Amino acid sequence: MDPKLFLSASRVLIVAGKGGVGKSTVAATLVTAAQRVGLRALLIETDGKPLLIDDAADQGLSARTITPAEALSEYLDNSGLGRISRRLVTSGIVDVVASASPGIDHLLVLGKVKQLEREAAADVIVVDGPAAGHALTMLRTPRALADSVVVGPIRQQATDVLAMLNDEARCQVLLVTIPEPTPVNEVIETAFSLEEDIGVRLAPLVVNRVDDHPPIAIPASIASDSSVARAARFRNDRIAGHARSIADLTQRLPLAQLHLPLDTNATLDERTTHLLRAIENLEGSA
Amino acid sequence: MTRLDAVIDDARVVVVAGSGGVGKTTLSAAIALRAAVAGRRVAVVTIDPAKRLADALGMGGEEGTVGIGNDPVRIALDDARGELWALMLDTRSTFDALVDRYSPDAEQAARIRSNLFYKNISGALSGTQEYMAAEKLYELTGDDRFDLVIVDTPPTRQALDFLSAPARLRRFIDHPLYRIVIAPSSIGLRAVSTVTQPVLRTIARVVGAQALDDALAFFKAFQGLDAGFRQRAHDVDRVLREPSTKYVVVTSGQPEPIAEASHFIGELGSAAVDVSLIIANRLMPDFGNDSVSSDDDALDAALRENLRELADERRAEDGNLEPLRQERPDTPWVRVPLVPELVDERLETLGALRLLGRALGDAD
Repeated sequence: MDPKLFLSASRVLIVAGKGGVGKSTVAATLVTAAQRVGLRALLIETDGKPLLIDDAADQGLSARTITPAEALSEYLDNSGLGRISRRLVTSGIVDVVASASPGIDHLLVLGKVKQLEREAAADVIVVDGPAAGHALTMLRTPRALADSVVVGPIRQQATDVLAMLNDEARCQVLLVTIPEPTPVNEVIETAFSLEEDIGVRLAPLVVNRVDDHPPIAIPASIASDSSVARAARFRNDRIAGHARSIADLTQRLPLAQLHLPLDTNATLDERTTHLLRAIENLEGSA
Repeated sequence: MTRLDAVIDDARVVVVAGSGGVGKTTLSAAIALRAAVAGRRVAVVTIDPAKRLADALGMGGEEGTVGIGNDPVRIALDDARGELWALMLDTRSTFDALVDRYSPDAEQAARIRSNLFYKNISGALSGTQEYMAAEKLYELTGDDRFDLVIVDTPPTRQALDFLSAPARLRRFIDHPLYRIVIAPSSIGLRAVSTVTQPVLRTIARVVGAQALDDALAFFKAFQGLDAGFRQRAHDVDRVLREPSTKYVVVTSGQPEPIAEASHFIGELGSAAVDVSLIIANRLMPDFGNDSVSSDDDALDAALRENLRELADERRAEDGNLEPLRQERPDTPWVRVPLVPELVDERLETLGALRLLGRALGDAD
């Protein structure tokens, strides 16, 4: 499939995955890939990892962080609540009361993303979401609040964000996993939960760090405890394990997959090339 | 004595922290198993909602069919001199138990437990889970059945919350809003309504009047419990800072978990808590480099190429870990090579945990 079409299928792409699967790296790679095919792309960090933002800036990516606190104070300004509100925020009172409507912080972050989307701040807005189960919690928030809050600005915000999440031309979620049993089980659970509970469209799944090397033949004539034999067995186990996990994933989750190779030393540039190639190899309009 | 055993032998509590996907839960179970085999009476707690510890201990199964729960369950071991107990933290029921303990009467406890604001914070307020884990840890250290408590924590940023949780609960109780509500206590809740107080009126515009009313009702019902909660938070905090409470930080050889580990160690340091051990887990093994060859040149070339590639991966991991090593020159390290049996879920059993425990002990 044409990478430009793929990357601009929705204006917002929320990247989610459990810790350690390389979610942030994949998010940065998506942004570079979009830039390479001529799209204006913006990377948004939601859990404030300054390290990655610095890296991104170093590599010429357009990136910014949205924290709940910033989103809240901006929201208060926009709602016409003046100085008194900001004093409430700084004294922490709103924090406590916001606990009465759990997830208000998540909603405000998503609300800010929605605002950037409406302003067409970029052709593609890649959101590096919070890790693991927190992404699910975050994405569930708008529906929960739209259902439980009857009136007022929060309900309006929840309804607007939900409309964005439910419109596949505006927003899709891209899940990242690695080809090992536990991450695969978790990503399947997350995928079904996202579609059923939230009704958000899932982009093809990224399977990161795949070892797709062909199996290595071990001649019977070499000692089985030699370095080369032990290394080959280790590699073969890994290759077979990855293949098993990918087969399992394919069977249980009807979602197109983008495989990124295991290459510890790859630069962002090389990763981008891999990603674009994987997208080109995708069939149809998945 | 191995570096791991040196840490465990002095410990009453071991807090295992690190980012997701580095094998923290499995390591916690392996450390607990190793200590139990060596003669300790160990309780291992997981607060990870993925129920992976149950799997790691071979107790996994369909939802609700396992014997792991909010109370410790003994794991049968035929060769251990000590005992191994496991439990999965249930945040809500731990919070409920605290409310029951400090409520003057059953009616007040019921009033709090049925309050919507309470239901929200006990299930969802960020940090509640961490505080209840700390609370559970405190409870278990006072339980004579155990002489070692091992706590698996949620991913890094929450583990930080874990340490600061008691202080935050105290702040919550001492909160200005609480004072606003409690001060005119003789007038009753109706009088402190959203209409009469400009501050509250503003808050209501932000979060909605219903949410605010629930919060006010909660703080009202909470009267009388605050002293008990405050004392408890103080006691929990003390246990978290005792010298016999050891912090172990786990990472893999990948850049993201290493950055998280470094961040976490720094934060602990600023809270005057030291890290006793860094475990670099799931690393590429060192296969050595002996010169063995067969009589097939093409096969030999492929074998050597593979050995080189894996050695490159190992070098890349070392390179990733080096800055952390330099940041913490005095903290003991354990390098644990990947135990392939643990990656394959069919083998995520006590046997595989023993292998990992052995790897932990051997790897210095």
